[in-house]
Amino acid sequence: MTFEEIKRQATAEWESIEQHQIPVIRIGTATSDRASGALEVVEAFENELARLPVEAKIIQTGSVGFCNYEPLVIISKPEYPRICYKNVTPDMVPRLVEGFLLEDDPCMEFALGTLEGGNGSPPYIPELPRSEHELRLLLRNCGFIDAENIDHYIALGGYSALSKALEMTPYEIVEEIKRSGLRGRGGAGFPTGRKLESCLKARENPKYVICNADEGDPGAFMDRVVLESDPQAVLEGMIITGYALNSSQGYIYTRMEYPLAVKRLKTAIEQAKQRGLLGEDILGTGFNFRIEVFQGAGAFICGESSALMYSIEGKRGFPRVRPPRSIEAGLWHKPTQLNNVKTFACIPVIIGQGSEYFSNIGSPRSKGTAVFALAGKVENVGLVEVPMGTTLEKVVYDIGGGVKDGKRFKGVQIGGPSGGCLPEAFLNTPIDFDSLTEAGAMMGSGGMIVMDEENCMVDAARFFLDFTQKESCGKCVMCRLGTKQMLSILEDIVSGQGKPEDMEQLINLGEDIMAGSLCGLGRSAPNPVLTTVRYFREEYEAHILEKRCPALVCRDLIAYYIIPEKCYRGCEHCVLSCPSEAIVEHPKRFKVVDQSKCVKCGNCLEVCPPEYNAVVKLSPVSELPSSDLPIKDEK
Amino acid sequence: MEGVVEELAEILALCERDRSRLIPILQRVQDAFGYLPKEALLEVASYLGMTDVQIYGVASFYNHFRFTPLGKHPIQMCMGTACHMVGGRLVLEALERALDIEVGGITEDRELSLDRVACIGCCGLAPVMVIGEKIYPKMSPAKVDEALVNLKIKAQEAAKD
Repeated sequence: MTFEEIKRQATAEWESIEQHQIPVIRIGTATSDRASGALEVVEAFENELARLPVEAKIIQTGSVGFCNYEPLVIISKPEYPRICYKNVTPDMVPRLVEGFLLEDDPCMEFALGTLEGGNGSPPYIPELPRSEHELRLLLRNCGFIDAENIDHYIALGGYSALSKALEMTPYEIVEEIKRSGLRGRGGAGFPTGRKLESCLKARENPKYVICNADEGDPGAFMDRVVLESDPQAVLEGMIITGYALNSSQGYIYTRMEYPLAVKRLKTAIEQAKQRGLLGEDILGTGFNFRIEVFQGAGAFICGESSALMYSIEGKRGFPRVRPPRSIEAGLWHKPTQLNNVKTFACIPVIIGQGSEYFSNIGSPRSKGTAVFALAGKVENVGLVEVPMGTTLEKVVYDIGGGVKDGKRFKGVQIGGPSGGCLPEAFLNTPIDFDSLTEAGAMMGSGGMIVMDEENCMVDAARFFLDFTQKESCGKCVMCRLGTKQMLSILEDIVSGQGKPEDMEQLINLGEDIMAGSLCGLGRSAPNPVLTTVRYFREEYEAHILEKRCPALVCRDLIAYYIIPEKCYRGCEHCVLSCPSEAIVEHPKRFKVVDQSKCVKCGNCLEVCPPEYNAVVKLSPVSELPSSDLPIKDEK
Repeated sequence: MEGVVEELAEILALCERDRSRLIPILQRVQDAFGYLPKEALLEVASYLGMTDVQIYGVASFYNHFRFTPLGKHPIQMCMGTACHMVGGRLVLEALERALDIEVGGITEDRELSLDRVACIGCCGLAPVMVIGEKIYPKMSPAKVDEALVNLKIKAQEAAKD
């Protein structure tokens, strides 16, 4: 079958849905939607449709990326604009089916907004303030197409780039990618075109193409959403790369923690094979390319390219000394092109729309868009795609909606455990590879965690270092032992045992670890500590010199205290919730925390009714008012 | 442990006798048994013509592989950044107290085991706990008992049926 025929069939199928005579219900069922109960919503819709005399088509899509509004449902009904419903629960479904589908009440009280129209109310999503800054290049299909139906992807322009590429020479493809200015989305930002060119020039054969989907950074989920919502885009990028390098074997290395992504990828591979877009003799050109999904086994270090390749070979994931670089001697010592999920997803855009289209987006030295997983203390948690060069402030405030619950912004952690924490003064930093590195953070794979006044920066640094220390493979001494030493200094600080010279010690150790480690893990592991020491020095000083945690987080430096004047005296919420029986009654009937028994779980604070609000955290512990309670031994 | 050897023979019959397939083979073995029994590792070693130490070296390198069985209802507490920032550690500690085991441990009746995971990618719902396949969003120490009690009730109901 020629590509024209495949496309005609796919378009016909898509139009039969889009030029609907029956309503279409799109329900996001990616992992995070499922966690908020999307599958129960699907079931509720199926039940309602079976019960009532109304016909509608249900499509399970990936995620739009608006995580705080999940489960998200988009209903298109003839003569209505497409309406997005937020936080849909099974209880709302009968109203939607009966009210909107059967009758004509669009239930706007449940709606987030509409996707067409736009004359004031109801809110028109493309005109929301956040939409002004966003540009959905890679996420364009996410949440709108059925990720397990290749025809949807093809109908919306998918695989046109492959069909175009197959008529180009490998050098033309590589030139086009070089001209686009695309840089690797895995974090370091090496120019993809240059890497491809070197791999193309490598003499050895066979060559391999590897997609790095080992998204191990805690707090990052961009690659997962792309794989679960639009897997064909990644496959298409890999097939084009394979063609350009005359490679016949590709691997996708994913985390084992992403079962749904693996399932959808495998379905996507099967469907692409059926259409003749993957496998033997692709589109009748004689080019063969296979893709195998390889599930990792839970080692963060395998996100590093040489470790990842050893892992595919069935070995321990130890990074190795370079040169030789993987483009010369990678998997099985053969030339290997390894790129991130999003890098591959960019390639169909570049080949399909031309390098100029791509290079017109973004900043002078970083082209295209950046995809971030925005999380932490921010209103609009979810995926964000903006042109490179957009400032942090726009992402956190205009798109993210600012800090949650009106708290004060403290910092933003970019790039996960390899990145850094940037304070308020850096909010006008443009998001691109070079500006972030200059500020001491890094693009990383794209996790962005917003922190507010209730987050302790010393604790955050300790958290990240604890992670990298556990994940260090142990090959380089500086990384293996140095991070352990840094961690024990940080643990001393958060437990009130810090010494004034600790900060200098941390900086020295950090710099040495970066110099003495082979791979990106060790070379970036001290980043979170170094940036917090640099930008939040006063917090370290408070911990060390005053034994005080300003954010009231570090457990050894805080105490829970019940304010006698506020305690209602008649209620027992705190007493019942305490796991260690640490709350006792004063003879005057207010409650008192027995500090010797308190495990600092925070239950009492959580359950104290808001109208009394009697439980507070105090730091330093020495400020604790004496309870004048001679706690009697009842025996 | 004869059962292990027989079941393993069935699994290995489906696997290529190729050293580079070691990780997928170990994954299959763990899927079948819930962990990597010692007998199984020895069998895999002789199947692939590798030494026991080589197999153990690879298996112990990766966090996913375990050498002790999981509970009937494995509990995983997410310790990703977003979960940590909103008190995931307090939830983990509450779980340790409620179950009277430490992270990595299993209850005496082998019903529940407790592990920490780096990030399950549901950062919008932090802190997140997973029991079996079910995700518990926006956890707090106070919600731990409730979730465990519900689990016990369900287990009892299942036992009755």
